[in-house]
Amino acid sequence: MMFKTSLRHLREGFKGTLRNGWMSFAAISAVTITLLLVGVFALVMFNINEISDNVENDVEIQVFITRTADESSVEKLGQNIEQVPGVSTVTFSSKEDELAKFQDQLGDDAAAYGTVEKDNPLHARYIVKAQDPLELEEVAQSVSSLENVDDVKYGKDYIDKMFAFFNGIRIGGLALIVGLTLMAMFLISNTIKMTIFSRRREIEIMRLVGAKNSFIRWPFFIEGLVLGMLGALVPILVIYFGYDVAYSALQPSLDQLNSDIFKLIDPSTLTVQVSLVLLALGAFIGIWGSTTSLGRFLKI
Amino acid sequence: MISMQKVSKVYPNGVVAMDDLDLEIRDGEFLYVVGPSGAGKSTFMKMIYREEKPTGGQLLIDGLDVGKIKDRHVPKLRRQLGVIFQDFKLLPSLTVYENVAFALEVVGADTSSIRKQVMDVLNLVGLKNKARNYPDELSGGEQQRVSIARAIVNKPKLIIADEPTGNLDPETAWGIMEVFEEIHRRGATIVMATHNRDIVDKIRHRVIAIENGKVVRDEEKGAYGYDV
Repeated sequence: MMFKTSLRHLREGFKGTLRNGWMSFAAISAVTITLLLVGVFALVMFNINEISDNVENDVEIQVFITRTADESSVEKLGQNIEQVPGVSTVTFSSKEDELAKFQDQLGDDAAAYGTVEKDNPLHARYIVKAQDPLELEEVAQSVSSLENVDDVKYGKDYIDKMFAFFNGIRIGGLALIVGLTLMAMFLISNTIKMTIFSRRREIEIMRLVGAKNSFIRWPFFIEGLVLGMLGALVPILVIYFGYDVAYSALQPSLDQLNSDIFKLIDPSTLTVQVSLVLLALGAFIGIWGSTTSLGRFLKI
Repeated sequence: MISMQKVSKVYPNGVVAMDDLDLEIRDGEFLYVVGPSGAGKSTFMKMIYREEKPTGGQLLIDGLDVGKIKDRHVPKLRRQLGVIFQDFKLLPSLTVYENVAFALEVVGADTSSIRKQVMDVLNLVGLKNKARNYPDELSGGEQQRVSIARAIVNKPKLIIADEPTGNLDPETAWGIMEVFEEIHRRGATIVMATHNRDIVDKIRHRVIAIENGKVVRDEEKGAYGYDV
């Protein structure tokens, strides 16, 4: 008996979706567009987070050593840096190493700088990594006060700008998504209102013969759910297959950068997670849209 | 069956539809409610099936204080009574059978008992062979029989009929009244608002006249009493 009643609710819910074809189409489209943007944005966000994590973990402090320092004081400086709280690793790079790197970057043009080998103008340096990237500034300050340190650099401006940019994307995207979600909910609630209107006679009779409110409500609840989940269908397909395509297209060229920073997240687990979130969000939008319109219309 | 003590109804716009009305309706009684349009007949009927709440006094149905029951308990009350209207209130997209079965589906009855009860009741109203027809294929009288079938399929003890013959020609109206008489013979209490003088005068039952929200006349085996 319960099963039969549930079947009836399901049937009526689907019928309602078909009955207001165009309104349903509009509501589904709104959910589709919303979720498509949410999905794409989520993927972008996850990757940005991944990259900024990589960046944070990759940030180093360059400690330039005074050129006049002799070998033993350079060694002593290295030991002192290791003593600074928050330092995780210290690597030494001599003047010659620096020059080699420099020439390597120049390639064939290196010949033009032939004289530098005799009179190397570069600094030897320590490359310091912090245990917590957020403590970078403190570590850098402590290190700069040590003896025989000529200068300390850690690309603060560059990092701050990048984080500000990422934050901008996050906030703008969230605002867009909230707005679109509200619009989708509004359209769904309007569609349900149309269904209720077209079935008001049936509802009136149901009440007269003693139908419980829940019995009257279920079909509309299901209609909202169906609209929301149908709206999630296209975005899920796009995310699921689209990210795979984008990943295979982009990652090879990123690999050529030979950097640990610019790595995209592997599609396998990410797309499944994002798809589930989209489905849940679609269902939520649908249910919310339908229940808000029910309250006022179905009073005894 | 129904007991009203000083029942009043004042609508939010200030209209007094029911004014300290006292009335007892016994089990198994057939009651005509007559009176001019706008005198409070409709409000009187609506309060019984709790479409409207009284604003004062006490309205008991089988000991249940209808004015006090919560909204969510209204369905339970409505399952114990059958309501019939002038305009039939059938669903055009459903067949005769489905229209009647609707009242049982809503209650969650199982299919086999629905089938038996619906056929029994269609037999009673004389529409057994029209079960598969749609309402717009039926005459007005037949449509009203369907709506009566729907009202009594739950076997309620109380039937509320608001001008059930109002849309029918006299001859058809007599046929409908025969159905009501049969239901009454089987023990149901019937409260019928009507403007049909011939019927009230020929098929004699208790008559109450409502004017300005009060019972101005109450006669056993009474007549219609108004000059039309």
